[in-house]
Amino acid sequence: MSQHIVSVRSYVIVFLALLGLTALTVGVAFVDLGQLNTVIALAIATVKMLLVMLIFMHVKYSSRLTKLSILAAFFWLALLLTFTMSDYFTRHWTPSPSDWGPSISQPAPREK
Amino acid sequence: MEQQNESGTFGMWVFLVTEIMFFGAIFAAYAIYRSMYLPAFEFGSRLLDIKLGATNTAVLIGSSLTMVLAVHAAQTGKRKALVFYLLLTMLLGAAFLGIKSYEYFHKWEHFLVPGLRFAPAEVLPAGVTVQNLQLFFCFYFFMTALHALHMIIGFGIMTVLVVMSWRGRFSPEYYAPIEVSGLYWHFVDIVWIFLFPLLYLIGGRY
Repeated sequence: MSQHIVSVRSYVIVFLALLGLTALTVGVAFVDLGQLNTVIALAIATVKMLLVMLIFMHVKYSSRLTKLSILAAFFWLALLLTFTMSDYFTRHWTPSPSDWGPSISQPAPREK
Repeated sequence: MEQQNESGTFGMWVFLVTEIMFFGAIFAAYAIYRSMYLPAFEFGSRLLDIKLGATNTAVLIGSSLTMVLAVHAAQTGKRKALVFYLLLTMLLGAAFLGIKSYEYFHKWEHFLVPGLRFAPAEVLPAGVTVQNLQLFFCFYFFMTALHALHMIIGFGIMTVLVVMSWRGRFSPEYYAPIEVSGLYWHFVDIVWIFLFPLLYLIGGRY
């Protein structure tokens, strides 16, 4: 915690921006944009998160150590999401081996 | 003193990093099941009350504002303003939990509580089974209840802070507990900022 004091005015501006973004995201939810609806909703949520983190949580004025640990968190979160999704969302790309039927048994043990 | 403050903030952030991973795993599970049973999750999302959800988002953002104003009051050594803003934060937190309880009660009345009381009266659209809809509400209740639990814990922390502030334990030189509790409170706010669109908004309400 640096002793940096953020002005009340900037807090109020961030608060109003957060309210505005909430109204925007609710409004967009009622417009049919296909796949983009999810993308926009998550993008607005991310902007709101950044506003809260940078100003309300004083990350903008924090030490590099704090910033680095937060970046590390998001890096690991990205790993978690990427590798999980890359499994689940590609499972149907290749045909299931169940069609091969029982005729193919376990491979014979390798001779030594 | 500067170094002590620094380690306090760093420690809180390390805890929040574990919390990010904790909630992140649940969000990942939600994303997978949503993609598997998309019609049921979208239909379930439309059964939630968007007005109450949006109101709760505004209430929680408001409580984040009063929390930073409390930190500001501590930094500038205004004891009464500090107590006032902490109490206001608690009041808004209580309003959030009140609205949430009303939503839970509403779900109970409409037979939308999985496991205990699940028999939706609505006509299910094609591709939506009762089981899959139940799965959506499992996620809804688990995620929001876990979030509410964090709010209740925050409520307890705030109570301690109010008493400490009232007794004049904080000064512009020492207000680390206010600052790190603020970090926790804002984190809980951020979780809701993501829960709100994921549960309420992306259900195809047009």
